[in-house]
Amino acid sequence: MASKKQKARGPETIEKARTGIQGLDEILFGGLPAGRPTLICGGPGAGKTMLAAEILVCGATECDESGVFMMFEETAEELAANVRSLGFDLDQMVAEKKLLLDHVHIERSEIEETGEYDLEGLFIRLGYAIDSIGAKRVVLDTLEALFSGLPNQAILRAELRRLFRWLKDRNVTAVITGERGEDSLTRYGLEEYVSDCVILLDNRIRDQISTRRLRIVKYRGSPHGTNEYPFLIGSRGISVMPITSIGLDHEAPTETVSTGIKHLDAMFDGGGIYRGSSLLVTGSAGTGKSSIAASFVAAACQRGERAIMFAYEESEEQVIRNMRSIGIDLAKFVKKGLLQIHASRPTLQGLEQHLVMMYDTINDFDPQVVVVDPMTDLGGNAEESDVKPTLIRLVDFMKRKGITTCFTSLISGTGNIDQEGPQVNVSSLMDTWILLRNIEYNGERNRTLFVLKSRGMSHSNQIREFVMSDKGITLVDIYQGTDKVLTGTARVAQAEKEAALKDLRQREMQRRLAEIELKRKEIEMQRATLEAEAAAAAREADVLAAEAAYLQTSEERSAQDMKQSRAAAASKEKASNRKVRS
Amino acid sequence: MTSTRKDPIAPKKKPDPSSEYQLRLYVAGYTAKAKAAIENLTRICETHLKGRYQIEVIDLLVNPKLAAGDQILAVPTLVRHLPEPIKKIIGDLSNEDRVLVGLDLQPIS
Repeated sequence: MASKKQKARGPETIEKARTGIQGLDEILFGGLPAGRPTLICGGPGAGKTMLAAEILVCGATECDESGVFMMFEETAEELAANVRSLGFDLDQMVAEKKLLLDHVHIERSEIEETGEYDLEGLFIRLGYAIDSIGAKRVVLDTLEALFSGLPNQAILRAELRRLFRWLKDRNVTAVITGERGEDSLTRYGLEEYVSDCVILLDNRIRDQISTRRLRIVKYRGSPHGTNEYPFLIGSRGISVMPITSIGLDHEAPTETVSTGIKHLDAMFDGGGIYRGSSLLVTGSAGTGKSSIAASFVAAACQRGERAIMFAYEESEEQVIRNMRSIGIDLAKFVKKGLLQIHASRPTLQGLEQHLVMMYDTINDFDPQVVVVDPMTDLGGNAEESDVKPTLIRLVDFMKRKGITTCFTSLISGTGNIDQEGPQVNVSSLMDTWILLRNIEYNGERNRTLFVLKSRGMSHSNQIREFVMSDKGITLVDIYQGTDKVLTGTARVAQAEKEAALKDLRQREMQRRLAEIELKRKEIEMQRATLEAEAAAAAREADVLAAEAAYLQTSEERSAQDMKQSRAAAASKEKASNRKVRS
Repeated sequence: MTSTRKDPIAPKKKPDPSSEYQLRLYVAGYTAKAKAAIENLTRICETHLKGRYQIEVIDLLVNPKLAAGDQILAVPTLVRHLPEPIKKIIGDLSNEDRVLVGLDLQPIS
């Protein structure tokens, strides 16, 4: 019967009791073993009591399972005060009979031991507490106090064994805390008795920064995450961040959002970057990373979206003042409640601690845009092997929430991509990568910008000059000559040179045009003269022709006259000759 | 503190022989251990505190909530409420000397 029931539950083999702690349930594949004892061990200050309290509070508030907190070290008041900082109001829960706090006080000096005894008193007391509120969860924090309080260890150990058996029989989910021992998990070997589930907490210090870690040492009858997971005690209790718990199954919106720089948007095919994607802006010192980040934020707020800016280099005031100098007024968005600027030094806490703070803030404010400026600082003290997984978690977390993110990253050196070191690793997480680079030429440094990659959309491959003024950020097409790229004054000079050249050419043209015109006019005039001459000549020719004709006719006439006169003369002669003859 | 009480002058401050020893014996059911404890206690008190004591036997099975009041873990537990300070003796009280030490009844010699 039982096995059938378990089969119906799928891969889970035993019943689980949720811990309600972000991440921990995922590592535990659902929660603690329900109805069985779990041992939480760790050194002083590892967070044992906090974890136990949170498990109990979760049961009371979320799972409708009331709980008994039996403490051997702190008093009920102390515990209530300690967890109040996490937002748990134990007094309220006690009043609602969801929780029962019982402080067991053992004072070694008050106790004299004679003869046989057992711990039935504790059983009765616990049993009474459980019955009075119908508790399903029990915390014993920490049973080891019994070892210092009661001299007879033989009896104690036998009774503890009985206690855990008894707890199982009562079917309560029990959490027992124990101080970490030298060679064993707990100082008095409690793990001997509690073998269903053991959680080890650890507070390790590296480079003067402590990081809390958690590991499931064993979990009978259930699969569990076997790694060491960093966890934090934040303002909202404990959160564990298992890398594996975040899958790559976020949505991919096709909508694009503006980067706040018109010319930059134009470099992307979609007119901006995809909503919910991640933007990486890298560059060496003073290349304008923060300014791009700020305009990104300002654009979001302008659209009426909420944004969070994590500033690790400057205070809020400083960010606002500095961005005002390039025409970006962040103060008004802060006032409107659209923008939160969180300025802090991440090195103050460990990386994980800091990330949880970020998670909390993001969960609280539910922004559409998040800027981390610069993320280089996140890894300030941690080793690179630590930073990447945590950043992956952060990026995935925000992607899953559909938040468009902008990370800036400082790179050392000249800005050569090959020399970027750790950033290259991170860049593979990013969807869009904008590279800022200073170009030294002609005795000045000028900012240039180009888009290195943009997943899912084509983008301009050109280098643009990046100009910041009190009117904001603009991008200018740089001068690209045959073998050089000109920026700054060189670009301006080149432009002027070109303008002058053009002017010169234009004037030359005009001069030549005028010349040609003049020539044309001259020719025109010549033509007129010639034409007039031609006309005159023609006229002369006419006259001559007429004259010639006249001469002809007169000649002909005279010839005829001559002929006639000759004929007349001849006839006269003939007549005279006849006369003579005759 | 213990040394002050053992100081020979100390008893004079107390309201002398008439001061009552108020003793409470916590048991869980009438078990063999409980039975032995009650018998031992009665015997010791009759011997050393005749007429100056009062014993209250509390069965936690009947009154479980009383366990918290006197911070009872082990049974049987004998609690000396008066004279102050509160002393606890756990076990079946089979060792008379230790009971006397626990109750500060060690004869001053």
